[in-house]
Amino acid sequence: MMQYIIRRLLYAVPLLMAVNVLTFVLFFVVNSPDDMARMQLGQKRVSEQAIANWKHQHGYDLPLLLNDQQTGFKQISETIFYQKSVNLFWFDFGISDSGRNIGADIQQRMWPSLVLALPSLLVGLLVNITLALLIVLFRNSRFELMANVALVMLMSISSLFYIIAGQFLIARLLRWVPISGYDSGWAASKFLILPVMISVLAGIGSGVRWYRSLFLEEVEKDYVRTARAKGLNETQVMFGHVLKNAMIPILTGVVVVLPLLFMGSLIMESFFSIPGLGSYTIDAINRQDFAIVRSMVFLGSVLYIFGLLLTDISYTLVDPRVRLN
Amino acid sequence: MLVLWTDALIYLLLLASLLLVWYLASQRHLRRPLASLTASPVAMACLTLLLGFAGIGLLDSIHFKDQQSRSNEVISLLDKGCDAMRHHGEKTYSAPFAAYAYGKETITRADGSSYWDYPRLQYGAAHLDDPEQQWLGDVAQKAGLALVQSGLVVVLLAGLLIKIGPRQLWQSASAKAVWLTLLLMVCTGYSLWILSEDYHVLGTDKVGEDVFYQALKSIRTGLVIGCLTTLVMLPLAVLFGILAGFFKGWIDDLIQFIYTTLNSIPSVLLIAASILMVQVYMANHGEDFNNLLVRADMRLLFLCLILGVTSWTGLCRLLRAETLKLREMEYVLAAQTLGVKPAMILFRHILPNVMHIVLISVVLDFSSLVLAEAALSYINIGVDPTTHSWGNMINSARLEMAREPLVWWPLTAAFGFMFALVLAANLFADKVRDAFDPRSNQND
Repeated sequence: MMQYIIRRLLYAVPLLMAVNVLTFVLFFVVNSPDDMARMQLGQKRVSEQAIANWKHQHGYDLPLLLNDQQTGFKQISETIFYQKSVNLFWFDFGISDSGRNIGADIQQRMWPSLVLALPSLLVGLLVNITLALLIVLFRNSRFELMANVALVMLMSISSLFYIIAGQFLIARLLRWVPISGYDSGWAASKFLILPVMISVLAGIGSGVRWYRSLFLEEVEKDYVRTARAKGLNETQVMFGHVLKNAMIPILTGVVVVLPLLFMGSLIMESFFSIPGLGSYTIDAINRQDFAIVRSMVFLGSVLYIFGLLLTDISYTLVDPRVRLN
Repeated sequence: MLVLWTDALIYLLLLASLLLVWYLASQRHLRRPLASLTASPVAMACLTLLLGFAGIGLLDSIHFKDQQSRSNEVISLLDKGCDAMRHHGEKTYSAPFAAYAYGKETITRADGSSYWDYPRLQYGAAHLDDPEQQWLGDVAQKAGLALVQSGLVVVLLAGLLIKIGPRQLWQSASAKAVWLTLLLMVCTGYSLWILSEDYHVLGTDKVGEDVFYQALKSIRTGLVIGCLTTLVMLPLAVLFGILAGFFKGWIDDLIQFIYTTLNSIPSVLLIAASILMVQVYMANHGEDFNNLLVRADMRLLFLCLILGVTSWTGLCRLLRAETLKLREMEYVLAAQTLGVKPAMILFRHILPNVMHIVLISVVLDFSSLVLAEAALSYINIGVDPTTHSWGNMINSARLEMAREPLVWWPLTAAFGFMFALVLAANLFADKVRDAFDPRSNQND
C-alpha cells in the first residue's frame, strides 16, 4: 500500500511540472512582460521608463530562463522562470500585481469557500441519490416518465437563471434571507442558506440523471435478480444491494472533487459576495492580475492531482476487486 | 460578400455535417438506429426546431457590406431582414409592446409649457393615435393576418409534399410531429417578425436596442460556440484516443500524460488565463484588429479554440477505453494476422466502430457548451462585449432586477431562447443515445 501511494505521488511530480511549464509558456512567452506592463499601465504611449519601473516593482525585470550576469546557481535562480514558476512548488505564491501577499490571501479566503461548497456537495448528494432511488424504484411507470421530462427541463435551464431567479424571489420579494454578503462564525449561516439551496437545485438535473443511470445499470445485474428470488421486497433490494454496490462509483466520484472544494465556485461566490477563493479569482481576472491567476491555476492543478490520488486510494479501500498494481 | 473567419468555418462545418449525413445514410449497419431515430416524434420535433435555429444562424453568417449606409458597415442577411428592428432604436428601456417609455421625463407641449410624464416612444406603436384604445385591436389584427398567411403557406407546402411524396411524409407519428413543430415555428416567427415592424415585441434594452433583434443575433453566437468547438475538439480526441488505445506502450503513456495534465488545470482558469493573454495580445497589436467586427470575430474563434482544447479529454478517454476493447476483437486479430497495415486497421475496423461514441458525445456536449457561454460571459472571459450573445444580454441586464418597476424582458428573452435551444438539443441527444448506443438497444 505504502509503495503504491509513493509511486502515485512520484507520478504527480511530472504532471505538476508539465502544468508549471504550460502556465509559464502561457503567461510569459506568448506575451512578454513588456506587453503585460503596457496593459497594466493602461495607455498606448507608455514611456520605456514607466515600463521598466513596473517590471522592477513586480520582479519581472529578469531574463526568462537563464541569467548570464550571475554565476553558479544564481544563473538559474535569478530568472523569471525560477522566481515565478518554480517557487510555486513550495507554495510560495509571491506577491500579487497589486502588492498583496497571495499565500496569506489564499489561506484566509479558502475557508468561506469551503463553508459554502461542502454543504452544497453534501445536501446535493443526499437529494440527488434519494430522487434517483425513487425514480428507479418506480421505473416503467408514469412517474418515471414525468420525472425524466422534469429532469431534462431542469438540466436545460442556465445556472445563472437559478441564481437570478432565486435571489429575486426568495431574497427580494419574500425577504426570507439577505440578498448577499457574509459574516464570520454561525452568523454566516443565514447568508449561506440561499446559495446552498440554489446550487443543489441547479445540480439536480444532471446529478439525478447520472445516479439514475448508475442504479439502472446495477438493477439489471444477476445478483439483484437473486436477491428478488430470495423473496426480498423491492425496497430491501434497493437499499441493501443496489445502493451498496452503486456506492463505489458514487464515492469515488465524490472523493475526486473533495480537494477542489477549497477552490470554491466562481459564479456563486461572486453573485452572493462571499469572500472565498472563487470571488478572489474573479476579481483577479477582472483586474487582470496575472500573478493571482497563475497561482490559482497551479493551486487548482495540485488539488485536482491530489483528488486523483485520493480516488485511486479510495478505490482500493472500498472495492475488494481492485488490486494495487 | 465578406467572409469572416467563423463564417468560413461554419460553411466548412455545414459541408462536413452534410457529408456525415450522407455517410450515415449509406452505411447498412446504421440503418436500424437511424430508423429508430426517425420514428421518434420527440427526436424529429427537436431536430426541426434545431434546424430552425441553425437556419437563422446561417442567415446571420452571410456577411456583406451594406450598400445603403454611408459608413460601409458590414451586415448579414439576417440584419437585412430585420432592418426595422435594427434601425428602430429608442432612448432607453421600454416594455414589450409598449407605446410609452419606461421612465418619466419632462415633455414640452406645443405651446411651450412642459409637464412630467411618460413620453411616447419614437418607433414603438408610433402609428397609433390613442395607444390605450387601439393597441389590442391593432396587435390582434396584425398577428391574426400574419398567422393566417404563414399557416396557409405551411399547410400548402405540406399538402404539396403529401400529394407527390411517399406516404411516410404524413402518416407516421414523427411526420405529424415535424409538421406541427414547423407550423408553430413558422407562425410564431413570422407574426413576431411582422409585429416587430411597428412594435418592440420583446421591449428594448438600456441603450434602446430591440431585445428581439439581440436575441435573434445571439443564436449565431450560441451555435458557433456549440459547433465550432466540436470541430476543434474532434480531430484531437479521435486521433489521440484511438492511437492510445490501439498502440498502447509509450504512445499510450504519452497521450495519457498529456490529457491528465490538461485535465488537471481547472478549465475555467485555463480559459480565463488564455483569454487574458489574448486581450493583452490584442491590446498590443491594435493595428491588426482595428475593425470591431473582425476583432470580436477573432475572439469568438479563439474562445471556441480554447474551449475545444479544454474539452477534448473526456471524449479521448472514452475512445481510448473502447479501442482497448476493440483491438482484442476477433476481426481485428484476423486483420492483423492477414498482414493488414495498422493504419488500415485503424481506419477500416476501429474508426467505424467507435463512431457511435463520437456522435453521442458531440450531441451531448453541444448543450453544455451553449450554457457555458452564458456563464463565461458573466465572468467577462466569454465572447467580446460587443458580440450579441445571450450571456452578454444576461450580464448587462442582471443588475436591473433591483429596479422598480422591474425590467424583466431582456433576461426573460435571453433565458427563453437559450432554454428552447438547449432543451431541444438535450432531448435530441437523449434520443440519439438511445438509438446509437448498443448497450441501450440490448435492454429493449
